[in-house]
Amino acid sequence: MSAALRIIKAGPGLSLQNAGRPGFLDKGLSRGGAMDPLALAEGAALLGQPPEAALAVEMAGAGGVFRAEGADLLVALTGAPMAAGIEGARVAWSASHLLPEGSELSISGASAGSYGYLSVAGLDAPEILGARSAHLAAGIGGRLQAEEALACAPAPGPGGLMIAAEDRFGGGDIRVLPSVQTDAFDADTLARLEATAFRKDARANRMGARLSHAGDGFSSTAHLAILSEIIVPGDVQVIGDGAPFVLLNECQSMGGYPRIATVISADLPRVAQAAPGSPIRLRFVTLEEALAAREAAARHVASLPGRVVPRVRDPGDIPDLLAYQLVDGAISAHHDKDA
Amino acid sequence: MTMDAEPEFPRVHRIGEAGLLIEFGDRLSMQVNAAVLAFRAALDAAAWPGVEESATSLKSVFLRFDPARVPHGQLEADLRGLLASRDWYGEGLPRGRSLWHVPVLFGGEAGPQLEEAARRAGMSPDDAVQAICAAPLRVLTIGFAPGLPYLGQLPEAFDIPRQTELDPNVPGGGLALAIRQLVLFPVGTQTGWRWIGRAAMDVFGQRADTPFPLNAGDEIRFEPVGAVEFEAAWKDVAAGHLVATREPIG
Repeated sequence: MSAALRIIKAGPGLSLQNAGRPGFLDKGLSRGGAMDPLALAEGAALLGQPPEAALAVEMAGAGGVFRAEGADLLVALTGAPMAAGIEGARVAWSASHLLPEGSELSISGASAGSYGYLSVAGLDAPEILGARSAHLAAGIGGRLQAEEALACAPAPGPGGLMIAAEDRFGGGDIRVLPSVQTDAFDADTLARLEATAFRKDARANRMGARLSHAGDGFSSTAHLAILSEIIVPGDVQVIGDGAPFVLLNECQSMGGYPRIATVISADLPRVAQAAPGSPIRLRFVTLEEALAAREAAARHVASLPGRVVPRVRDPGDIPDLLAYQLVDGAISAHHDKDA
Repeated sequence: MTMDAEPEFPRVHRIGEAGLLIEFGDRLSMQVNAAVLAFRAALDAAAWPGVEESATSLKSVFLRFDPARVPHGQLEADLRGLLASRDWYGEGLPRGRSLWHVPVLFGGEAGPQLEEAARRAGMSPDDAVQAICAAPLRVLTIGFAPGLPYLGQLPEAFDIPRQTELDPNVPGGGLALAIRQLVLFPVGTQTGWRWIGRAAMDVFGQRADTPFPLNAGDEIRFEPVGAVEFEAAWKDVAAGHLVATREPIG
């Protein structure tokens, strides 16, 4: 039997994701891809694989149970932190682990953020339209289901590496640029946009996230007069009820709502990763600041292989602790001290 | 040289830090759309370094680029130079387009709102079908859903508003009408457009070849067929065949 990751139990939002499928905007297909590309790159760095080939199981909200078949597998867990264990022994997040043949990796709900990633060395899938990403809104690929087996390679190494993950899971300040209809909103409305404490709506998905707030909606002079226009991930549309709606990776390719702003690319994954209900504020920045943030994000991704370190003295490695964790769902300070 | 478009067009907008939108008008007209298609063809032919993707809407060209490879200042200057080099509104449609012949079953269960749409257009259903099929329709743009073409423009009589309620559940292949345009749905969709027929064409099939058979700027001539002929054509479509035929134009 060739090496494979068998899905024993699937959470409701599992899909294969890579950097996406750019290049089909003229055919009405948004680029899709991993909602947190940094998590994908962290997974690749932990596995020692090139980031451009990175492919992972994206887990929206919760994971599932996965079994190594045919060989020992090397796995990496990144993105929104989720409680995970191998054969009942808790394992660390933002880390790589050996999943011995026949053993099971269980991943439960996210304790922060929205999207966790399970990367596996050699994970492969057929390309559809030039990419391995599922595009759920377009019906490409689809959600992963229990009993599916994903082709992998035998573990190329023992794992046991970790990477310090930047906290991007709780929303916060999101930088935006003016967009096509920003001028159709008056200065007071734009000032109120920046002053408003938004919360990410719980109904967010791979297509977009509504930002909820108390008080009046954001109205413009453009509301009724807009002919549908090309829209892209990051655009902040003001939808019918006056709420800002941030378009995400699987957005439609055209829309007719006025765009009050566009989230800069460096901050878009923070919107995607923010857990439902997370506070979000929008702040206009200059193009120069947006470009500097974009370059910094690219430099950070390029630096990831050098940030991978051996995992030492991780309380998550101590088997006694793990047993407690699984029984009562919490680690006590007492046991942390023992570690 | 006539330019029907307002003098403030074409207009360049920034979208995020890696996108530009060149707007040729704020309303749809065949001339504005032709300018869009012509400019996009010239932009693609220029193949400027750092430009990664282009696409068109009814009235604009969008381009995505890598600001690390080409700075905004340079790309925007190049764009203005290209915009000023020609009268894009008089340029005509680009070369390399296709005319498609697509069989359609109009009315009945395949198009339950044909009668209503025809009544709103002030004609009989038969006359409406004849008017829709009288001349090729341009693929004005593709989008909203993958592969979905917006086709037009139909005669002014078909300037029918969209319904506010999204009641009809139009199946894949469904042809729906509003505001002097037709849309052809790739998959079942709820829509406010009026469902008038079913076309034997899969505009987004995950086939290895031609997943998206249509390009913006192509033309489609719809050919009314009877139920028996349509069922046979639809079977072929469902089996993954391109039933529609094409001939090069332009």
